[in-house]
Amino acid sequence: MPAMWHSTFILVMVLLAISRPSLASQARTEESQGTGNATEHTITTLPIVIWKWEEIHFPYLVALWVLVSWLCKLVFQQNPCLTSVIPESGLLICIGWVLGGIIYGADKVQTFRLQPFTFFFYLLPQIVLDAGYSMPNKLFFGNLGAILVYAVIGTCWNAATLGLALWGCWLGGAMGDIDTGLLQLLLFGSLIAAVDPVAVIAVFEEVHVNEVLYILVFGESLLNDGVTVVLFNVFNAFVSLGGAQIDAVEIIKGIISFFVVAVGGSLVGVVFALLITLLTRCTKNIQIIEPGFIFVLGYLSYLTAEMLSLSAILSCTFCGVCCQKYINANMDERSVSTVRYTMKVFANGSETIIFVFLGISAIDPSIWVWNTAFILLTLLFIFVFRFIGVFLLTWILNQYRLVPLDFIDQVVMGYGGLRGAVAYGLVLLLDENTYKEKKLMVSTTFIVVYFTVMLQGITMKPLVTWLKVKRAAVAERTLAEKLQNRTFDHMLVAIEDISGQIGDNYMRDKWNNFEEKWLYWLLMTPFARKSCDPIFNIFHKLNIKDATSYVKEGERRGSLAFVRNESKADVDFNKKFDADFSEMMPYIMTENMGPDHVPVSSILRDSVPSVCLDMHEQDLKMRESEDFDAHHVLQQHLYKGRKQHRHRYSQKHLEVSKDEHEVQEIFQRTMRSRLESFKSAKMGVAPPKISKHLKKDQPQKMPNGKSTENSKSHAYGDEDVEFSEGDSASGCEAAGSSFPMRAYRGAGIVNPAFMAEMDTMDPMPPMQQIPSWLAEAEVDSSTVAPSQRAQLRLPWTPSNLRRLAPLRLSTHSNDSFLLADSPATQEGISEPPPPPPPQDGQGRGTHK
Amino acid sequence: MGSTNSTLSRIPNVEELMQETGFTPAHIVRLYDRFEALDKEKTGHLRPQDFGAINRLAMNPIGDRIIGSFFSTGQETVDFHSFVRILAHFRPADKNRPKDPSMPQPVNSRTSKLKFAFQLYDQDKDGKISRAELLQVLRSMLEMQVTEEQLESIADRTIQEADLDKDDAISFEEFRKSLEKVNIDHKMSIRFLR
Repeated sequence: MPAMWHSTFILVMVLLAISRPSLASQARTEESQGTGNATEHTITTLPIVIWKWEEIHFPYLVALWVLVSWLCKLVFQQNPCLTSVIPESGLLICIGWVLGGIIYGADKVQTFRLQPFTFFFYLLPQIVLDAGYSMPNKLFFGNLGAILVYAVIGTCWNAATLGLALWGCWLGGAMGDIDTGLLQLLLFGSLIAAVDPVAVIAVFEEVHVNEVLYILVFGESLLNDGVTVVLFNVFNAFVSLGGAQIDAVEIIKGIISFFVVAVGGSLVGVVFALLITLLTRCTKNIQIIEPGFIFVLGYLSYLTAEMLSLSAILSCTFCGVCCQKYINANMDERSVSTVRYTMKVFANGSETIIFVFLGISAIDPSIWVWNTAFILLTLLFIFVFRFIGVFLLTWILNQYRLVPLDFIDQVVMGYGGLRGAVAYGLVLLLDENTYKEKKLMVSTTFIVVYFTVMLQGITMKPLVTWLKVKRAAVAERTLAEKLQNRTFDHMLVAIEDISGQIGDNYMRDKWNNFEEKWLYWLLMTPFARKSCDPIFNIFHKLNIKDATSYVKEGERRGSLAFVRNESKADVDFNKKFDADFSEMMPYIMTENMGPDHVPVSSILRDSVPSVCLDMHEQDLKMRESEDFDAHHVLQQHLYKGRKQHRHRYSQKHLEVSKDEHEVQEIFQRTMRSRLESFKSAKMGVAPPKISKHLKKDQPQKMPNGKSTENSKSHAYGDEDVEFSEGDSASGCEAAGSSFPMRAYRGAGIVNPAFMAEMDTMDPMPPMQQIPSWLAEAEVDSSTVAPSQRAQLRLPWTPSNLRRLAPLRLSTHSNDSFLLADSPATQEGISEPPPPPPPQDGQGRGTHK
Repeated sequence: MGSTNSTLSRIPNVEELMQETGFTPAHIVRLYDRFEALDKEKTGHLRPQDFGAINRLAMNPIGDRIIGSFFSTGQETVDFHSFVRILAHFRPADKNRPKDPSMPQPVNSRTSKLKFAFQLYDQDKDGKISRAELLQVLRSMLEMQVTEEQLESIADRTIQEADLDKDDAISFEEFRKSLEKVNIDHKMSIRFLR
């Protein structure tokens, strides 16, 4: 850890060192530093390199500061014992003080300060957008009434009471001689009244209180920022107008403007949310910048609202809240996670920067004016009135709430009234000529922010533990629960209908109907519409979770064995599948399977009862157009997997081909093909194009004697040949060629080169070959009796088919070539030596 | 208050009913008005078609089941007392009401709320939600959006999650266990009936 600190401080030093020249160039008082010298040279000849500090110093400093702030965060996160006691926001402010101290010590003037413009236009928007975007929608709208009450009435209450109380104290002479007035104090009250989202998120995310409490505090903090800014503007205008000018009309105008600004801002947000959603309907082909639209339009919603002098924060919040559901459904899953993470990076990053700079900005004697009475009274009033306001409003709300907020929740809500950077940004916007006591206000704001973020932040966790506040349950989401929630919703609506009430559930039901009828149609792509059902969604997620754990489980057994086993499992499954399919079919899908043989592919594709199959297929269809070729290779993954595997490992592990299962498998395959060719010969199918095979097999004989490494490369050479003359040559393989040929193959069992050839051959039969194997398959399958082994598998097969196997099946099913391969496998199992039991067992194991 | 009292006096055994369900006189009166409004033929009993006349209920995917739950087996009609008793399931649990051990469990307790939800699925009343029963509910709630195969696998998966004794059906105990983390009182309560 010391190393980390060290590096951070070195960075700060560097920052100082390079920021000095810029100061020096402005003031020209200090002697030029070593680094600054280069700029002084007059150019007499062509310079090879030149020092261009002046040109880049601004972005450079910005980048460095960002880096420093993030490094600070990194340092703290390395010390869990530290962050468990003091919230991160507090720590960041502390480090800000230290950094500020260093800078001040070096420069004797505070060079860096958080400017309101930077804060409001570059740092705040992403935090607000992220807050809106990741807002738990149902919870938010379910508690919207309460949130609005707290955010609007609560904030007005805080502002008014604080302003009036301070004014009273001022009139009483408690503060000595300061030049202020009722309006100015009200303005001060309004700017410091709002609970700050940045501070609240930072503290509450670490505490994990129950979700209702969280959404109330968090929602309030988000929405009341809008309210604060509006109040601030109104009072600012009032102060400029002067007390004498204000009459009833102005006050009414102020109230109207309050509503226009707040509602208008929200509407702008909704409009932009619509825009984003409509845009994501058609960004399927530019997935790379798809996430970018969200950010740009989100930012534009902020700027547009600001331009129209509406509430930018509200606009941005509602933009995020409204669009999240639809864009998440519309966009590709990868884009969604990109948006999610990038949003978090920006939001978290700027949150960090804000706190560090809140610390740094304070280390500047020129802004500090101390007035003990004013500062202490402000702190006291803020604290007391916040509690009174919360208790009062909660009492009113509890008369109407279904689930009343209990006393402990109210205490936490009151105590969670953290002030933050918004107040600081606003107070800096004040005009020093109008507000004689601006410096006092700034200092007080600092003290309030520090007090709430540091002290209340630190004590929040112990308080929550001590009061035994209901924590958020880390619930594992289950399908049953989700289903039940849906049933509850319907049930409540029905009961409300029966009892003749128009309540929350009625409204929600109305909204849902409207949403389903119109919004989905308007805002979502047809594909997304289908998958947006919550029950279906959670089912999908659970399936993905299963698949992940399946892979993990496999990897736990060692990656090499896993890959090997899996590809073997594939083979095994494939065989098993083919062998069992004819018997399985009646159980699974009687209706689709006629007595006559439908090509296996169509069965595979249409009839396996599986969600996964369907979804996967859709997924495939979506991308198929983009990279069909790549996908085609992927689809043959039975072969590809093995080939790749050998390719990857053969160089390191020469014994790879001695793997027992693989040898076994090769043996079986060879046996099968031998039998096949034998049969075909017996049945009078002429061995086609022997000459060609001979020719092609020629080069393969050589590697026989050589090392696997060499043969490997040869095999790949062969592959090329195969593909080039695929049509004419390879087709015959699947159907079976002459016996001598097969005999030769038998000799090549352990030769990987041979296997590679088989791999490329088998999936390649051209279409005209299919009738021949089909005919064969019919003959063969008639001889297949429902063997005992197949019967044994029945109990576990359906569940497998439904859960994991279909994923694999579907990859096969799309491949029209593979089916050509499958009947052959079928024979291999049903007639010649059945695969040894151990192999079977393992195949099963991997499928569990 | 006069009208409240006069309405109350028309209901037989109203004291007992209030005691049992925990509804206030105001609730009872409101429900009685509603009951009479539904009871178009003024028989003092509601028939399934009276419920069916509620328009919005027809749009509810499990509306039929809800209506069915008002009628105990074999009965064609429901009187006001049973009507109120069923609705009392949806009264939020009251914390400040003293617990009376001599009394049976109140009708709005967690268990009886869950029982109500359970019997919505368990249509054949054998104490178990079978795969077919679950599938029926799923089908009505997810209709069109999802294919039959998907429905089936969702049903399987749901049963798999809850099914502890591997009998391929969900008993009430299993049902209760699977919803252990859900705050039933929040989810199965209606505000006005407090």
